[in-house]
Amino acid sequence: MPRRSVRRTLLGVAYVGTAVVAMVFLFLPIVAIFAHTSPAELVEQLGNPVVHDAFVVSLKTSLVAQVLILVFGTPTAFLLASRRFPGHAFAVTLVELPLVLPPAVAGIGLLAAFGRLGLLGSSLDAFGISLPFTQGAVTVAVAYVASPLYIRQAIAAFEATDPDLAAASRTLGASPLRTFFRVILPLARGGLIAGLALSFARGLGEFGATIMFAGSLQGVTQTVPLAIYAQFDQDFDATLAMSAVLVLFSVALLTALHAGLTWQRSESTRSPSLFGLSGST
Amino acid sequence: MATLRVDEITVPLRTFRLHLSLEVGSTLALVGPSGAGKSTVLRAVAGLVRPESGRIAVDDEVFFDADRGVELPPEGRRVGLVFQEYALFPHMTVRQNVEYARRHAADEYLERFRIAHLESARPQELSGGERQRVALARALARDPQVLLLDEPLSALDAHTKTTVRAELHELLEGLDIPVLLVTHDFEDAAALADEVSVIVDGTIRQTGTPNGLVAAPADSFVASFTGANLLHGHAEPGANGSMRVRLDDGTVVATADQAHGRIALAVYPWDITLGTEAPHDSALNVIHAPIRTIVELGNRVRLTVGPVSAEITAESLERLGFETGQVVYASFKATGIRVVAEHEERTS
Repeated sequence: MPRRSVRRTLLGVAYVGTAVVAMVFLFLPIVAIFAHTSPAELVEQLGNPVVHDAFVVSLKTSLVAQVLILVFGTPTAFLLASRRFPGHAFAVTLVELPLVLPPAVAGIGLLAAFGRLGLLGSSLDAFGISLPFTQGAVTVAVAYVASPLYIRQAIAAFEATDPDLAAASRTLGASPLRTFFRVILPLARGGLIAGLALSFARGLGEFGATIMFAGSLQGVTQTVPLAIYAQFDQDFDATLAMSAVLVLFSVALLTALHAGLTWQRSESTRSPSLFGLSGST
Repeated sequence: MATLRVDEITVPLRTFRLHLSLEVGSTLALVGPSGAGKSTVLRAVAGLVRPESGRIAVDDEVFFDADRGVELPPEGRRVGLVFQEYALFPHMTVRQNVEYARRHAADEYLERFRIAHLESARPQELSGGERQRVALARALARDPQVLLLDEPLSALDAHTKTTVRAELHELLEGLDIPVLLVTHDFEDAAALADEVSVIVDGTIRQTGTPNGLVAAPADSFVASFTGANLLHGHAEPGANGSMRVRLDDGTVVATADQAHGRIALAVYPWDITLGTEAPHDSALNVIHAPIRTIVELGNRVRLTVGPVSAEITAESLERLGFETGQVVYASFKATGIRVVAEHEERTS
């Protein structure tokens, strides 16, 4: 065999070899979780009060947090995507900061801002609101760490919509608001769904900021990740069941994410942006 | 018919300042090289760009008046703007696109633009010509006071362009509103518009009928833009009151126009006669050089001979049997040359 083709074969083997190692490494823990849990056990564990409570807390706080992210994040992203103003780059950095902040630091920050002795603590106190160690605190922690993922993806989605389409809408007699809801939002929809899926996944897995700011009280602030941590030296089966459910959830969200991006690709006149997916989540 | 008046608007652009006035009665084409500010003018009329000063109005309807602080938003101006890439909404069907402009009038416009059979198609599924018809239908369904077309033919391939141009011309003829269109192609402008304004670096060089511009180009830029060969040289007095111009390559040609010093000569390709033997006719100017290129343009053929391009019919080419590399005589009458002021060419 000629020397060059030998080298090419070796290179091919090396490629495939490393890829296989990497993929097995990434997939093995997932397989392990399901290897230890039969579907029957999984269903049975959902009746376990600790497991049950954790899911209720997680779903409730995540849903409220995602609604808040959607309501506040969408206009913010649109503004950052469509306007250039002094301090624009700084504003974008500010929005992205929670993404790279260590979760424990985020938790301390939230305590220092909204805690009883924090910056806004006395103002909140005046309204009879005490945030730390309540379900509200869990929601705030989740919204804080997860919102950058949505906002980043939403900025990319809005930036990918052709500005001529919005201009055309205006010249056809539509107000800026009608233009936003009839043209810009439908075109950015895929990217927004992808961003929401990412943000939802990040929020469900939230651990560090939550335990610092909200504690881990079963039925009140103990989310699934906190329950997994609390249970794993006491009831390993419950831990595995909760983990298995979270894996299934993540798979569903990832599918939604890809569907959203494909959607945007086929709807948009411009190439879509996969922005935000390369960053650490 | 209404009149669109653009008075002394100024818009700062990246490397120059757009500053111009226009009066559009029927169909006016704004032609110029890319980056001359043509699209900005359309966007200013539509309200998508705010000029620093000036006034824009259709008859009594004032869209913009910097002095009086009037600025209607785009949705407040009845303007039909057809974008260069048409800007059809990709998430809507053809019918929905037209209905977006006016709720209950879609049928009429779908019918009129022969796109009724495409009503449930998405823009992505349409050909270039069909997209343009949808964009026109949508713009006119708005019932505009003025129609603006941004490079209406540039998104089409050469094959469909000729057909679409004829269709568009017919449509524009039948409209009773002012039409302002923008193109970088003088031939398209001449085919579509009654009047042409040549714009360079944000200012208007010359306005006139297409024939008027060809007959008397204001400067060397307008001349070359309208398709003339430009020959650069020095003018000196010749015999019998005619002028002699020594071209930069040494050739001496005669012109009936008066001139002196550094000048440019404009010779239109259709004023040049080609032959295999030296002509014995009234043509004073003869260039003896090989044919560099032969390009067919429909039923006409463009040949480059030495410094000039000549245009002859396909029939003549067949009769004369010219080939690339063959040395021929290109001749033109002194009266077929126009002396034009030398204009500093901007490289862009």
